[in-house]
Amino acid sequence: MFPINETMGQYSELFMLLAAGTYTVAFIAFAWDLAKSSKALRAVDLKAAAAAEAMAKVPVTAGAGAGAAVDRAAVDRAESDVSGPAGRAERPSSAIGRVSPGGAGAAGQTADAGMRYAAERRVPARVAVALTVLGAAIHGAGVVTRAVGAGRVPWGNMYEFLTTGAFVAVAVFLLVLVRRDLRFLGTFVIGLAIIMLVAASVAYWTPVGHLVPALQSYWLIIHVSIAVISSALFTLTFAMSALQLVQAHRQKTIAAGGADKLGFMRLVPSALSLENLSYRINAVAFVGWTFTLMFGAIWAEKAWGRFWGWDTKEVWTFVIWVVYAGYLHARATRGWTGTRAAWLSIVGYLCVIFNFTIVNQFFNGLHSYSGL
Amino acid sequence: MSERVNEKNNPAPENTAHKTGADKAGADKTAATPVAKAKAEAALPTLGIKGMLRWAWTQLTSMRTALFLLLLLAVAAVPGSLFPQRPANPSIVTQYIADHPDYGKILDSLQLYDVYSSAWFSAIYILLFISLIGCVVPRAIAHYKAMRSQPPRTPARLSRLPEYGTLVIPADAGIPASRAIADAAAKLKKRGYRVDVRNDDAARPSLGAERGFLKEVGNLVFHTSLIGVLVSVAAGGLFGYSGQRILVEGDTFVNTLVGYDQFTPGTNFESSQLQPYSIQLDKFQITFDRESKGKFGQPIDFKADVTTKENPDAPAEKQVLKVNDPVSLGGTSIYLTGNGYAPVVTIRDGAGNVAMQGPVVAKLQGDNYYSSVVIKVPDARPDQLGFAGFFLPTAFVTEEGVSFSGDPELINPQLTLNSYFGDLGLDAGSPQNVFELDVKKLTPLNARNLDAGGITLAPGSSYTLPDGKGSISFDGVKRYIGVDIHHNPGQLYALIFALLAVAGLVTSLYVNRRRVWVRTGTHQDGRTMVEYGLLARGEDHRLAAEAETIRGLLADEWGLESGQNNSQNAPSTQGDNGPADRSGNPVSAEPPTEDFIQSTAGSHESKKDQ
Ligand code: HEM
Repeated sequence: MFPINETMGQYSELFMLLAAGTYTVAFIAFAWDLAKSSKALRAVDLKAAAAAEAMAKVPVTAGAGAGAAVDRAAVDRAESDVSGPAGRAERPSSAIGRVSPGGAGAAGQTADAGMRYAAERRVPARVAVALTVLGAAIHGAGVVTRAVGAGRVPWGNMYEFLTTGAFVAVAVFLLVLVRRDLRFLGTFVIGLAIIMLVAASVAYWTPVGHLVPALQSYWLIIHVSIAVISSALFTLTFAMSALQLVQAHRQKTIAAGGADKLGFMRLVPSALSLENLSYRINAVAFVGWTFTLMFGAIWAEKAWGRFWGWDTKEVWTFVIWVVYAGYLHARATRGWTGTRAAWLSIVGYLCVIFNFTIVNQFFNGLHSYSGL
Repeated sequence: MSERVNEKNNPAPENTAHKTGADKAGADKTAATPVAKAKAEAALPTLGIKGMLRWAWTQLTSMRTALFLLLLLAVAAVPGSLFPQRPANPSIVTQYIADHPDYGKILDSLQLYDVYSSAWFSAIYILLFISLIGCVVPRAIAHYKAMRSQPPRTPARLSRLPEYGTLVIPADAGIPASRAIADAAAKLKKRGYRVDVRNDDAARPSLGAERGFLKEVGNLVFHTSLIGVLVSVAAGGLFGYSGQRILVEGDTFVNTLVGYDQFTPGTNFESSQLQPYSIQLDKFQITFDRESKGKFGQPIDFKADVTTKENPDAPAEKQVLKVNDPVSLGGTSIYLTGNGYAPVVTIRDGAGNVAMQGPVVAKLQGDNYYSSVVIKVPDARPDQLGFAGFFLPTAFVTEEGVSFSGDPELINPQLTLNSYFGDLGLDAGSPQNVFELDVKKLTPLNARNLDAGGITLAPGSSYTLPDGKGSISFDGVKRYIGVDIHHNPGQLYALIFALLAVAGLVTSLYVNRRRVWVRTGTHQDGRTMVEYGLLARGEDHRLAAEAETIRGLLADEWGLESGQNNSQNAPSTQGDNGPADRSGNPVSAEPPTEDFIQSTAGSHESKKDQ
């Protein structure tokens, strides 16, 4: 057992505060990006619409129509009672690449369906990402100094779950950003990270300390780290599923000729693209959660002598697993893709949150050693 | 079910999604009629018993039911975390029912204190697993057949497939259609496809290719393994056993039924299963946290030195038992689950004989090993004696006279007791809780409110009871540990099946099952026209990349530039996956294959179809 280094612990807390501050500025930049882009995009759209009106005495056909038709199809999906071949044909995720070619303005869609970076520069978004990277670096230093201060992995109590969890959520977000333009999720992810850091410092503050014997196991390293990474991925998909619902609603309204009240959603890809990418992330996270469950069971066998005992924490881990298994099934069940699958993804995440907050604090079980 | 899977990915012959709104509405109307018809038919009561059963079976094994049952299972598991559960702690349940006279009993009749063995919870998972079997078996058969049969026939219009592209081999290359198809077949084989070449000497030979059969195998393994896990868990419940025992330093436990303080056998347990190994607790050490302020005095390490013997004649072996680090012996695992202090006392009775001598297990009550002590001395004569009180490793007394323990270690150990005499009620043979003394029928000898006062002892001191009832001396303090002993024969199998399940899951999620068709033909002007189409079964976001790779392979083979497709190659900036599909080929919807092969070489509009 390594000795405790309180000075390191104090540095860590300082880093956490600095990180929260940096994130706050990043959050503002992300929000500014949404507001600004939505204004700029609206202006562009207005111009395009005027131009289109001039040409469009003709019924919509082929090329130009493709976008509209596809969006309509997506709307059908969103209604989710579509069971005919039309709905199914939309299904293959490989189709994302070709959703609404050139049909950008058609249904208030500007964002890239494949979630790749477009050529257009979004200065506030760049600033926001840069600040997020800076914040994450400081945050990372906070996590590392905490680990050094306590002489062990930095996830042994609620304070550490929150601070390290927030770091992993931001890190996963940044990693995905390398390949996909998910900057539209910035306000959400960074907002959540700020909440977690603040909650950790205010409600769950715990000085550096040794682990209780029940936690002294290499399974703590394996089991909890996988749980945290999976949860971070679920966080992304939760945000995407929520946006998917909003976007589906908006697409439907627009397709029905309604006014576009949610201009900032232009920055967000179509409901179908969101669904497809969140499915892929959820699949990874589900495998991770399966490991969390299994390793948890192995650890429980080592620590308590039974691998499964329906302890509250075990119950909720199981419930989460089953809900996401349901989600994967829903994606293969007619009439359950689209909106309903998104709801399942959201419900799954709410269970994750519940498992982490309420169960850790208010339920008595063998897991009640979260440092409170 | 496999049909359904098929359907979801096959391009629909009349794809309404891509028509204009007006067209679509029309199509919907026509589509509505057959549905209505089908509904009417479904309502006709002509099924009969057999038909009903078949119908019920189809419903049960449908994907929708599986989904519904899964979600139901999730919901049904929740109450078990909201209400106390008997298997975990029966006394809390009894308390809970007493505390909630209004609905406590009702919950009990709904089996809400035994959720995971309740009729309704079992019903859900049994139905789910029946559905699972009904799902897996036909699928396995279908897949076995699919693996042994050739890839499906080449669709008439490849251009309808989600991925579609064309290549044109110049006339002067000297590659006729038949050779082009042979080349494509070779390339695809090398890429792991199973390839079947059709009418390769005809004017327009084609090939069908398929790969990724492992995906379905993975899915089947996954679902089957879940059944394996369930069966293993059930077997563990049938043939396993578990028990508890408290061991004071120096004590030896022998694995026989009488050796246990508490024993829970599985349904099919037989006492001959117990291997008579022994385990002796030599020494138990605790390290307390003396570093951090917040957790000062919290235990941070438990270590029990034990001596074990596999059986009475085996050589003794020294082992260390720790939390998270059980000792395995005779097919069981022994876990360190609790600990505390056991003050050693000697009690003499009124006749002057030693009526009891030895350690008394003190039960933890509060911080810093503040523990309760109960001593029953049924052998004392002329009167049986009883003691109840507290043990404090580091005794402090507040100004109000309340005593508490200031530290978990033995800095100032103290035993405070009340004493009683009379009939302990043990002779009747009815079991009693060793940690509780029923004082109703006893006469108090020592208590704070009596003239004699309470008994307060430090190690080494003794006290003579009033009225010549005897004496008690506090000789020293030992530590004790609580161990759980478990035997679960299903455990290993559960682990194996769980690992199989994960392997199946990963295979199923990340192997892609794909079909490729290629058709070639010779244009009137002598060029060889090649078209290909790809179709995925199940989610496959890399299909476009695969199409691009295959295109590249074929282009290389024939010395073409793969990017130089033709007008079809409208660059798409919205590629989903990798730079490959940046130049993805929007697929042409209308022109039938014949057109491409025979005359047009890429003159259709770029339109999308999927
Ligand atoms: C114990 C209950 C079940 C659990 C926990 C479960 C879990 C899962 C999971 C996690 C997947 C996604 C991974 C994969 O593709 O292998 C899956 C897929 C699948 N499950 Fe289940 N399942 C259960 C019961 C069933 C039942 C009863 C059926 C049949 C009605 C079924 C049919 C399927 C099918 C067809 C797929 C493939 C979906 C696709 O094509 O994408 N499952 N299941």
